[in-house]
Amino acid sequence: MSVRIADVAVVGGGIVGAACADAFSADGLSVELIEAGIVGGGASAAGMGHLTVMDDSEAQFALTSFSLRLWKRLETALPAEVEYSRCGTLWVAADDEEMAEVERKRQFYTLRGVTAETLDARQVAEAEPNLRPGLAGGLLVPGDRVIYAPCAAAWLVKRAIAGGARVRTGVRAVSTDASMGAGMVTLSDGGRVSAKHIVDATGAASPDLVRPRKGHLAITDRYAGFVRHQVVELGYLKSAHGHDIESVAFNVQPRATGQVLIGSSRQYGIGDSRVDAHLLARMLRRAVEYMPRIATLSVVRAWTGFRAATPDSLPLIGPSPRNGQVLLATGHEGLGITTSLGTARLLADWVAGRKPPIPIEPYLPTRFPAEVHRG
Amino acid sequence: MVEILVNGKVVRVAPGTTVAAAVLIAGEERFRHSVRGEPRGPLCGMGICFECCVTIDGRPNLRSCQMPCRDGMEVVTAVFNEG
Amino acid sequence: MKDSLAFEIVVVGAGPAGLAAACTASERARSVAIVDDNPAPGGQIWRGEARTPWIERARSSPVQLLTETQVVASPGEPALLAARGDRPVEIRYEKLILATGARERFLPFPGWTRPNVLGAGGLQALVKGGMPIAGKRVIVAGSGPLLLAVAAYLRRQGAKIAMVAEQASRGAVLKFARTVARSPSKLMQTLGLMRDLAGVPYRTGCWPVEAAQGEVKFRRGGRTWSEPCDYLACGFGLVPNTELAALLGCTSQDGFVAVDSRQQTTQPGVYCAGEPTGIGGAGLAIVEGRIAGYSATGRPDEARRLFAERDRGNRFRIKLQEAFRLRPELAALARPETIVCRCEDVSFGRIAEHRGWQAIKMQTRCGMGPCQARICGPAVDFLLGIPADSVRPPIFPVPAGLLAEDL
Ligand SMILES: Cc1cc2nc3c(=O)[nH]c(=O)nc-3n(C[C@H](O)[C@H](O)[C@H](O)COP(=O)(O)OP(=O)(O)OC[C@H]3O[C@@H](n4cnc5c(N)ncnc54)[C@H](O)[C@@H]3O)c2cc1C
Ligand SMILES: Cc1cc2nc3c(=O)[nH]c(=O)nc-3n(C[C@H](O)[C@H](O)[C@H](O)COP(=O)(O)OP(=O)(O)OC[C@H]3O[C@@H](n4cnc5c(N)ncnc54)[C@H](O)[C@@H]3O)c2cc1C
Ligand code: FES
Repeated sequence: MSVRIADVAVVGGGIVGAACADAFSADGLSVELIEAGIVGGGASAAGMGHLTVMDDSEAQFALTSFSLRLWKRLETALPAEVEYSRCGTLWVAADDEEMAEVERKRQFYTLRGVTAETLDARQVAEAEPNLRPGLAGGLLVPGDRVIYAPCAAAWLVKRAIAGGARVRTGVRAVSTDASMGAGMVTLSDGGRVSAKHIVDATGAASPDLVRPRKGHLAITDRYAGFVRHQVVELGYLKSAHGHDIESVAFNVQPRATGQVLIGSSRQYGIGDSRVDAHLLARMLRRAVEYMPRIATLSVVRAWTGFRAATPDSLPLIGPSPRNGQVLLATGHEGLGITTSLGTARLLADWVAGRKPPIPIEPYLPTRFPAEVHRG
Repeated sequence: MVEILVNGKVVRVAPGTTVAAAVLIAGEERFRHSVRGEPRGPLCGMGICFECCVTIDGRPNLRSCQMPCRDGMEVVTAVFNEG
Repeated sequence: MKDSLAFEIVVVGAGPAGLAAACTASERARSVAIVDDNPAPGGQIWRGEARTPWIERARSSPVQLLTETQVVASPGEPALLAARGDRPVEIRYEKLILATGARERFLPFPGWTRPNVLGAGGLQALVKGGMPIAGKRVIVAGSGPLLLAVAAYLRRQGAKIAMVAEQASRGAVLKFARTVARSPSKLMQTLGLMRDLAGVPYRTGCWPVEAAQGEVKFRRGGRTWSEPCDYLACGFGLVPNTELAALLGCTSQDGFVAVDSRQQTTQPGVYCAGEPTGIGGAGLAIVEGRIAGYSATGRPDEARRLFAERDRGNRFRIKLQEAFRLRPELAALARPETIVCRCEDVSFGRIAEHRGWQAIKMQTRCGMGPCQARICGPAVDFLLGIPADSVRPPIFPVPAGLLAEDL
């Protein structure tokens, strides 16, 4: 088998790899994208596609808000099947303690130029009539968006191809070597790709420092208008971003189809992709607690996906401490659909030697000592 | 006999009659609208195709071919239920 | 709290295979249950008929009949989750026999989504449910012996059968008829039907190419013409219901559940009988059901005594398959704009852009609707040779509240 030569070999065609292929190709570099399955499969075919600005840390805010700005620039270009929706996010507060959190969050966002509006109990009920009565209030973030990631990834890849990128699907990268200033990727079909830079965008399959964190989702038949915003409980902050072994949170989304996408769960240490009936039940009970009428909606399918989690909940973007030829683009946990575009931009700037619009340092894999990477 | 309402019209049927049959007896062949707005009606008759879905007592997306008529049921067809 | 039931043997499906399996198992087992989503036992063939020997036997046996109960998931342990209306029931088992039967295969052609086009078995089931058919002009089309049974039934109910159109060639059908006539009981059955169908044109090598309001265009021997009708009842053979087996991790082969000589699947303690293992009619289904019933209750010798009968059934199955093999012309009927996925309105042209089921599904939404590819999956497989191979719970849509309950 011959060796193909490219400036950049991107391994993994999920939303992150697709965004990277697009960004490098837009810079005029020759790109070879290698995907073991299909473009836009993997976690990207399992995730909710909520494009959201998050405030767990300054670094997380910087990457999510920057990425959301990049998504908004594509707004008019995205084809209909990407199901781009301007539904915004409604964070709901169950009690006074969570209302205090609403206020903190509102200030955080407002100070940084993100529109956020506090809703009282009545306004929350008006905004989402199917929420249970008696909630304390909520925070409306109207600028958040929702997309359908598999088609977004396919569209990014199509654009990369138009820019000259080559794409191979159904072929796995089995090893990467770096020697004499070039990287070499060996493929499962015996082929090889020699590239100056190798981007590891393999998501939860990445060998570097990520732990798979399993999630469940369920989708209903069509009930147009049942939910209007992505509605998330504020307790989400406590449960989902905690590091418990197993947690569920109320998180529902209106799909452009009229379907209701119901999330979500988080589990560590599970490699089995089967739906866990007990955890699914717990997740649905949580949803029914917040929106009692969800109990009557017909669920057509439940599935699972694996997020790539890191010890500090921030992604790994930049050279691998183990192999400088390899640029990591992984560890996006539950935000990779949002942060794919920002990730790709940071890496393209790094390779081009340009000053990035936001500092890359908080995401550099070298923030963890090399021993940690080796596990 | 069992009496049900199909799109506001009273239909009297023998016990054991399915809602799908009652809808047809009412002279209605458009059970639901497809995503693109085409009229659809029952196909499989055995609960797998979901083409016979109607709204029964306010609950949308129910398979009429699998549902026996019960006195006082209110059936509404072709509710445009897409987003 | 959901209800919880436990049995030594649980049979899913109360058609011929399931009834035979349950009755056989009940001779020995401490407790046997049959679970079926219909209001009465009988499956597709004996639907609504009170008096057939196996139904009578089941009714007078200790077998517990759980009707209007649909299995939707397998919560892990040797247990099934079923829906009874909006209520969940957990059904535990020591041994499980899957007898989930088959459904019709529908093929897309221009106009097949119109309300006046129904399944052949589909129209029969609807009429059994009270749909008025007397005086209606009906054409029955597609493939297989089911077409004749449906036409005869509809005629007894007062329908005017304008034509039965069989896509298989005259030669293939005649050869098959000679096979059938070799066994006396089958000959009787066929003659019975023939009397019912006296005067009805049975056209072989003939198939629908386009349906419109009030008429359907047919093709036969290079000629195309329109036939007026109120309904086109159309089915192209049967597709096995293998979703539950797939959910339980049983291996499939060429689209059918793989079983050993004792009807055991690749999952120990899980047996399968009837159409999911091969489309061979009620006779074969009954033998397989009995073998599964004997095997599941530790009676291999009794099971073995039925192997020869099963072999005969399998020979019949192969002849059936050969005679009614679908002709390739049928794959050319769908135009680029013809809908293939009816739940999501996905056209053939969009589907044909992709290779592989996952790409088709993720990129076009084909198979993502409430039928979860039960209708479009076999159609895509026939048109493009790509089987739909992704099963996730719930295998039938159920209210979220039902899945939310836990023990
Ligand atoms: C339940 C759930 C809900 C989520 N909700 C959201 C949300 O609302 N918003 C949001 O922003 N994010 C969300 N996420 C997170 C998001 O889905 C992921 O962060 C994102 O999809 C990661 O994209 P990726 O491209 O890195 O990985 P993936 O999409 O997993 O892609 C990796 C690809 O690499 C390929 N690959 C792996 N190994 C090899 C190899 N050796 N050779 C070739 N190819 C290989 C795989 O086949 C795969 O296609 C959610 C995740 C889950 C699980
Ligand atoms: C925003 C969004 C909306 C969606 N909307 C819908 C929708 O409306 N309808 C819909 O049907 N899907 C929908 N999907 C889900 C999609 O079809 C897949 O179910 C999802 O991508 C997750 O994939 P999966 O794990 O089911 O993978 P699959 O595509 O099913 O592939 C995973 C593999 O796992 C195997 N597998 C499947 N089930 C099991 C099991 N129980 N045990 C063991 N192995 C199994 C399969 O054989 C397959 O090889 C949506 C996805 C997204 C991201
Ligand atoms: S006709 Fe197919 S589900 Fe009712």
